[in-house]
Amino acid sequence: MFTIRGAAALGAAMLALSTATALAQSASQERKEIKKYQRMTAENSPVELWVLQGEDLWKQKRGPNHVSLERCDLGMGPGVTKGAYAHLPRYFKDTDRVQDLESRLVTCMTTLQGFTEKEATKRVFGNADKPSDMEYLAAYVASRSRGIRMQVSTKGPKEKASYELGRALFHYRAGSWDFSCASCHGTPGKRIRMQALPVLSSKAGARGTYTTWPGYRVSNSQLKTMQWRINDCFRQQRFPEPNYGSDATVALTMYMAVNANGAIYRGPGTKR
Amino acid sequence: MNSKSICLSLGGLAAALIAAQLAYADPTPMQVREVLHRDFHTRGQANITRVDQDDVQYLCTVTHNKPSARRVKEMEAEQLATIRYPADGNYMGNWKRGEKLASTGKGMTWKDKPGGRHGGGCYNCHQLAPAQPSYGTIGPSLAHFAKVRGTSLDAQKYVYGKLYNAKAYNLCSEMPRFGTSGSLTEQDIKDLVAYLLDPASPVNK
Repeated sequence: MFTIRGAAALGAAMLALSTATALAQSASQERKEIKKYQRMTAENSPVELWVLQGEDLWKQKRGPNHVSLERCDLGMGPGVTKGAYAHLPRYFKDTDRVQDLESRLVTCMTTLQGFTEKEATKRVFGNADKPSDMEYLAAYVASRSRGIRMQVSTKGPKEKASYELGRALFHYRAGSWDFSCASCHGTPGKRIRMQALPVLSSKAGARGTYTTWPGYRVSNSQLKTMQWRINDCFRQQRFPEPNYGSDATVALTMYMAVNANGAIYRGPGTKR
Repeated sequence: MNSKSICLSLGGLAAALIAAQLAYADPTPMQVREVLHRDFHTRGQANITRVDQDDVQYLCTVTHNKPSARRVKEMEAEQLATIRYPADGNYMGNWKRGEKLASTGKGMTWKDKPGGRHGGGCYNCHQLAPAQPSYGTIGPSLAHFAKVRGTSLDAQKYVYGKLYNAKAYNLCSEMPRFGTSGSLTEQDIKDLVAYLLDPASPVNK
């Protein structure tokens, strides 16, 4: 797998292909990379880089068990990625909990591939130089729900409880500066500096925003996942740090996803 | 109806009420707090105890920021009592320093150095100097604030107090309590008072 250094600029990727990659890699590998490059230019968005890398990772035999994620059950049956993201978070019988995409991927990495949970979550948030496996995988799986209507269920008792916990968390004021999520995302027409703030407790706000995450952020040349988005909101809220994939973070995702129900998923998106 | 059947029907009613409550029960702030203690961890200066609510945070959460007038009156008085005014009776500092504080929102996050320099982050939520186009709108515009409020000693004291503890004036305000929370020092607050009220400040140009 070639590394995406400075993947923001397509030009940089092309340069990498024509120089370093060409020298370092076999002809067949190079043809594969060029094909990738053509596809990504066709899409004209750096998001496609993450989607393609994610697809590679999904199909790669990895971990102590040397198996791919192609039997991973994201809720639509083992190996089904089509539409999975538009139905997440959801209740999973095997873990007896409601899971979002990222916590579910951790489950598959541990149960199928044999990674420990510590290994699977060691580096979930990447940087501009080196994105994380989770970012690639999240981009790929999310892309497989493009054009599909958001349909997240609250029928199961744990799903309903997760939604209610998410709503309560959204309005819970605490921390050094007394903020809740609603302090910034609860009233229409507000912004921080020049950045408009979506009202995530409303249908319109959640639909517009949730359906474009995960998202490629031009400002830091990285693709960011929903778990990262929630983590960084809590940082700015002056809260302690949420545990990755914890019930609290899944509940907040559940709250936003259900509020976005009925909208067409169109991510991974591109952000400022 | 004998007493036994009344007991039974009361029992039935209670059971029905409990069932109804379970069906619609949202987690209480206490339950949310337990979840936060389980699912969050201390990082840097952002200690886990930050998820514990004080009286103001609790009341504003459970009432959706609309407590009864009686509670508001009582608790605003309590918050007012937390304000420590400058011993020298001087509220106005240096507006140029205040401008820097108003422009940065650093401080108190798990990435910020404890004890490091903080900002007021004023521009994140307020319009201030009319010449600065990058401002937020969560709070009201404070452009030409000296013209709106005047520059009397009372106005200076009010602005100092509002910056020190915004909850003393509007209990469920979204504005942080910069003095009470230890985010800004007495001098910082004085400099911000000057940035807002000094006729020479860009806010009043």
